[in-house]
Amino acid sequence: MNWAEFFSMGGRGFYVWGSFGVFALAIVIEVVLLRQRVRRAAAGSGEGQS
Amino acid sequence: MNLYKYAAPATFYPLAASLWPWFAGIAAVLAMAGLYMGFFVAPTDFQQGEVYRVIFIHVPAAWMGMFIYLVMAGYGVMALAFNTRLSAMMMQALAPTGAMFTALALWTGALWGKPTWGTYWVWDARMTSTLILLFLYIGFMALNNAIEDRRRADKASALLAIVGSINIPIIYFSVKWWNTLHQGMSVSPTSESKMASIMLWAMLTMTLACWMYSIAVALVRVRAIIAEREAGADWLQGSKL
Repeated sequence: MNWAEFFSMGGRGFYVWGSFGVFALAIVIEVVLLRQRVRRAAAGSGEGQS
Repeated sequence: MNLYKYAAPATFYPLAASLWPWFAGIAAVLAMAGLYMGFFVAPTDFQQGEVYRVIFIHVPAAWMGMFIYLVMAGYGVMALAFNTRLSAMMMQALAPTGAMFTALALWTGALWGKPTWGTYWVWDARMTSTLILLFLYIGFMALNNAIEDRRRADKASALLAIVGSINIPIIYFSVKWWNTLHQGMSVSPTSESKMASIMLWAMLTMTLACWMYSIAVALVRVRAIIAEREAGADWLQGSKL
């Protein structure tokens, strides 16, 4: 199997990669947002504000 | 070892910090293995061709969406029954991840439905009840944000989590109870699997990866929540996130 064939997914590439791509993107977004929240929380607790 | 000790935010905070990297690491390894099995080992489906490979994320996402809600409801019961702060915090820590998986189940299902059923969406029982689950998650988070008083917000959202969990068996059994476009159960605890075993293994590996990921994310998020809520507490001063 070559790579072009792999990415075409038997002509269903849009549906397969649209699923896996958005899935991966969602996880990246969640991790980024979570890191921001952790930083904000750390800054807040360090200064003793609520 | 006294497990109850870890129900206190002050002791759970450092424990969560030491645990989450392990869960994240295991999640990454399992995801690699699952994707390898799903794309390179599992054969082309004789009916659906290649597009069936969406199953390797669709089913795990749907399971996680339902399972996380049940765990949330479980923490809700604990929060109401024992008034434990950490249970309420865990509830809040799980909701965004559960909502994400539910949204992904709907998204991947739509993209899978188009080439196999000819439509992205129909209002059948399985899909409609899953959409309701997403709304329950969103409602849960909105309710929590809308109430100023922390204890009242926790109580109200715990109640919503518990009442909303009635939807989970409805989703799970919808394909049996109603005539749905969505297919029936390929995997169930009571009957032999209708899938080829390598496909099943790839799917279960991905499910376990999502499970480990959810635990890691929930542990990190609950630390942020503890820091937000206990800001100014003596024990938190000097400890690093």
